[in-house]
Amino acid sequence: FPGAGGGNDIQWCFSQVKGAVDDDVAEADIISTVEFNHSGELLATGDKGGRVVIFQQEQENKTQSHSRGEYNVYSTFQSHEPEFDYLKSLEIEEKINKIRWLPQKNAAQFLLSTNDKTIKLWKISERDKRPEGYNLKEEDGRYRDPTTVTTLRVPVFRPMDLMVEASPRRIFANAHTYHINSISINSDYETYLSADDLRINLWHLEITDRSFNIVDIKPANMEELTEVITAAEFHPNSCNTFVYSSSKGTIRLCDMRASALCDRHSKLFEEPEDPSNRSFFSEIISSISDVKFSHSGRYMMTRDYLSVKIWDLNMENRPVETYQVHEYLRSKLCSLYENDCIFDKFECCWNGSDRQVLIVMTGSYNNFFRMFDRNTKRDITLEASRENNKPRTVLKPRKVCASGKRKKDEISVDSLDFNKKILHTAWHPKENIIAVATTNNLYIFQDKMN
Amino acid sequence: MFVRGLKRKCFDGEEDIEGTLAGIKAIPSYNLQRQSLLDMSLVKLQLCHMLVEPNLCRSVLIANTVRQIQEEMTQDGTWQMINTQNTGQASLDRLVSTDILCRSSREQAEGKHVPGYSTFNKDFESDQAQDSSETMSTASSEQVPRNLQSNAWEMENPQENKGNFQKSLDQIFETLENKSPNSVEELFSEVDNSYYDLDTMLTGMMSGTKMGHCDGLETFSSPTTATSNSNCKSDINELDHIVEILVES
Repeated sequence: FPGAGGGNDIQWCFSQVKGAVDDDVAEADIISTVEFNHSGELLATGDKGGRVVIFQQEQENKTQSHSRGEYNVYSTFQSHEPEFDYLKSLEIEEKINKIRWLPQKNAAQFLLSTNDKTIKLWKISERDKRPEGYNLKEEDGRYRDPTTVTTLRVPVFRPMDLMVEASPRRIFANAHTYHINSISINSDYETYLSADDLRINLWHLEITDRSFNIVDIKPANMEELTEVITAAEFHPNSCNTFVYSSSKGTIRLCDMRASALCDRHSKLFEEPEDPSNRSFFSEIISSISDVKFSHSGRYMMTRDYLSVKIWDLNMENRPVETYQVHEYLRSKLCSLYENDCIFDKFECCWNGSDRQVLIVMTGSYNNFFRMFDRNTKRDITLEASRENNKPRTVLKPRKVCASGKRKKDEISVDSLDFNKKILHTAWHPKENIIAVATTNNLYIFQDKMN
Repeated sequence: MFVRGLKRKCFDGEEDIEGTLAGIKAIPSYNLQRQSLLDMSLVKLQLCHMLVEPNLCRSVLIANTVRQIQEEMTQDGTWQMINTQNTGQASLDRLVSTDILCRSSREQAEGKHVPGYSTFNKDFESDQAQDSSETMSTASSEQVPRNLQSNAWEMENPQENKGNFQKSLDQIFETLENKSPNSVEELFSEVDNSYYDLDTMLTGMMSGTKMGHCDGLETFSSPTTATSNSNCKSDINELDHIVEILVES
């Protein structure tokens, strides 16, 4: 990290920013999910208006060795529309909660996108040729008068401007009573899970009229409800293993071979509470907002309100590492409860699959985001802001002054803008390129290439 | 720091409250802080008059917080004191159902009298605030009848149909009731009429932005200072403190 020395430290530079410039944010433009595909060539975002925008990385220009390809809009489509549940007299939001890419098997790309109730499998395909020279039709599609047809010819494919089409191939509906918070594709690439507040279902990608319920924590008596599911993910290598996190700060690892309904976990990960930090808000801040396996599958990372924890799957009683994201907020919890910020769900992500480097990233307020290097134990705070928008300018580390005298360039806790939250971040699977979503803008940062 | 820039006097240990209380530093007692947190939580739970199904995780966490506070209050005996103090309270059904909350505010808008919650625990510093709050609520209901009425009508349809969630919420509170008889009733006994007004105003104006209802409630809180002129300064302190907390939620 800048200033810290060491040849392996990454220096992050601004690369691009996507989205509207004005401060007046249209509700529909609020970004709700960000995800790179398996090659990193495509970057998808979902928004509150139910749209998916996919960016494609330009092929690297061999002469321009100092920067990687830029991301440009590749496809935009309306994934979900608002619906109305007439039975409950409630709207079903079209907001895209999650996008997950399938690995590429042929020329087309596939992704799963979900709102609160319905998951859709989208096929994104390119068309760069079209047949010309029909016998019975004109080029504009009108039918020719058959009496004018005097010769016969075979239509040929001619190049055309690239057209990217998105079409819904499967719609997985009516399986969730509660709001879907996660989808995760299994390592068999045939099945996937979807999790709502109380249940997790297993689907086959080809079958839309059936799903298997594999976790159900709904109590017989809803009066007794005290805990909900907050996130779930399949193990990256072991196709029968998945984890789910809860609002009480626990993670359960389940093996689908053990029983059809995975009500009894194989492992329960929970850190005992620190009695010195106990308050009325302890439970709320322990609620896990995201869980992500490491690429190897040996570790998993969880995000709660104030920290990121790394767990070794072999050790259930405590995490192996804990990183404080914004500990200075601990003394402000009551205010954050009042304005509901304490319920913000931050995501977290691992760096790409370079095994030498082990970094985790997560967002915070004031458009700050944080990275923790597990090797060096160093951390850095950066800001996603249009002020730093010169490409190849190294981002300046930011610092929050928790108490006492504020140094120059530091920002005091009371000056933080709690409306500017970075909830969604993504790391390119292979390179040091990151996508960071502010409320309605998508920032792309790259490491400085020499 | 905050969405609206107002400073909070809460568990956070921040000092001054701006506005009419400039210069007065007061660190609230633990009991008062806890009570404020309880009231705040109840208001948050009542804000379910949304068109979109509310976030179950958030509701469960808030309900757990309420339960936690109630348990602690039961343990240290403050809950018992409320029990003995309060008699002749309105029925539990009235308190729990948000449908009723809307109905109450509609009745208010139509000019009918809604009985307030007049008794309170003398040991709580919010004593004097309670009296002032009632004055405040009557004053403001006169001041903003149109708002209430239109909001109530707007909310009518979603409220007539209780979703699964509403039921769950009611049941969550039924649990509290079952744990100690009349506990929920007592829980809500601290809630005075102003909550109902708040509720409809908040929901009526709510379109997903928190800023909206805070701005709307500015007018709500200003009659307060006018009517409580006759009260002593400490009343205003407590009252504004409570109103500010309500406003911010």
